[in-house]
Amino acid sequence: MAKNEIKPIENLNYEEAFAELEKIVAVLESGEKPLEESMSLFERGQALSKRCADLLDKAELKVKELAGEELTDFEENE
Amino acid sequence: MALFDASPRWTVTNLTRHLRHLFEEDPDLQGIWVEGEISNLSRPASGHVYFTLKDAGASLRCVMWKTEAARLRLILQDGMAIEAHGSLGIYDVAGQYQLYADSIRPLGEGALFQEFLRLKALLEAEGLFEARRKRAIPASPRRIGIVTSRTGAALRDMLNTLRRRMPLAEVVLAPTPVQGEEAPLKIVEALRDLNRVVQPEVILLARGGGSIEDLWAFNDERVVRAVSESQAPVITGVGHETDFTLADFAADLRAPTPTAAAELATPVTALELWQGLVVVSRTLTESMEILIDQKRILLDGLKSGLRLSSPLRKVQTERQRVDDISRRGHAAQAHRLELAETRMIGLENRLAALSPLAVLKRGYAVVTKNKKVIASKHQVKDGDGLRVRVQDGEFSARVSGEEM
Repeated sequence: MAKNEIKPIENLNYEEAFAELEKIVAVLESGEKPLEESMSLFERGQALSKRCADLLDKAELKVKELAGEELTDFEENE
Repeated sequence: MALFDASPRWTVTNLTRHLRHLFEEDPDLQGIWVEGEISNLSRPASGHVYFTLKDAGASLRCVMWKTEAARLRLILQDGMAIEAHGSLGIYDVAGQYQLYADSIRPLGEGALFQEFLRLKALLEAEGLFEARRKRAIPASPRRIGIVTSRTGAALRDMLNTLRRRMPLAEVVLAPTPVQGEEAPLKIVEALRDLNRVVQPEVILLARGGGSIEDLWAFNDERVVRAVSESQAPVITGVGHETDFTLADFAADLRAPTPTAAAELATPVTALELWQGLVVVSRTLTESMEILIDQKRILLDGLKSGLRLSSPLRKVQTERQRVDDISRRGHAAQAHRLELAETRMIGLENRLAALSPLAVLKRGYAVVTKNKKVIASKHQVKDGDGLRVRVQDGEFSARVSGEEM
């Protein structure tokens, strides 16, 4: 978790962002952290929540094609 | 020829009946398969089917009654090579022997089926189909491998399904022919390449519907072994609901169609992620609100405690020196509390600015019953009263009981 906290939010994928968000919620619900620290966690949580929403909003299925070792974008012909 | 010789005498009817009995009592003529080519096919309004089976040396009249003909799963045509199952009998009126057919299959299917059974028994004995070999399909795979034909409808169906259910995923297609001589080897290579180069979390091995010969590559021993050796779990979706191939038996999960395979590969949909996100975001805000409320109550308590033990009261009974110390102590504490309160107000303002639930603005709603968030259909029953929170307020709703 300590490592995740320094990772910029825009580099997190959905699973990473959501997992960290869930951890933050668990910490806040336990009420164990001092108020100032809780507040920064909350702000980080808000940013993570927004990151998740953005990722879901913009998600577009990526399709690639494998030929031997070579990965290329797959052109779909309708 | 002498007029009074001892030769047996028959009426035509009796002779025909005698012949019929000979046929019916000969086990080699009852419940048999006869192979040949269809000709003179006719299907009159009665619904019965008449045709002649022939090969290079002979021909055989055949009839299939309406009830059996209705169960045929192939369309008969003149020139088609088939095997007909039935019993030999005699049509008295026409004086004609014929095969009363009860089922028909394409020629060669019988041999294919024997081969299928042989290979199935062999691989089964090796344990390739055992339940304990089957691996779980990940709930939300990010990388999905697909092995199928580049041009088939199966690919289009699967991509559409994945796009609709889980657009966060990345798909890697290893295109391969799915029928014909070279198909088995190409399928094996595609599975190996995917596992080696891409390491997907799950692989879909699929093909659209076709005849049993069309699907045969999926009964090839090499393909079946490659499926069972794949590092990533394999979901098969070959042909239609009723088609079972050996690759299906070796797969970690068998889907009835390519579309169903894509659905099974994405147990959790993007819609469900949205719902989960709404719930967690709401809990985030609420837990922060609760924290601040608790601290405020604590602060209020400290402030009233400070008033009760006001130094003014003590001045009257305590000595000046003690009073001074006490006053300084209380003043310091009062100052700390003031600071704490200022900070608290700052935090509350920040919380209000960040709050609540940016997600609701997208048209999502949070549904609660007795202040508990509803995340599953199992939490509600017919007639329950619910509160629905949307971005600009709340309203009540009632469960109508119809399950979707």
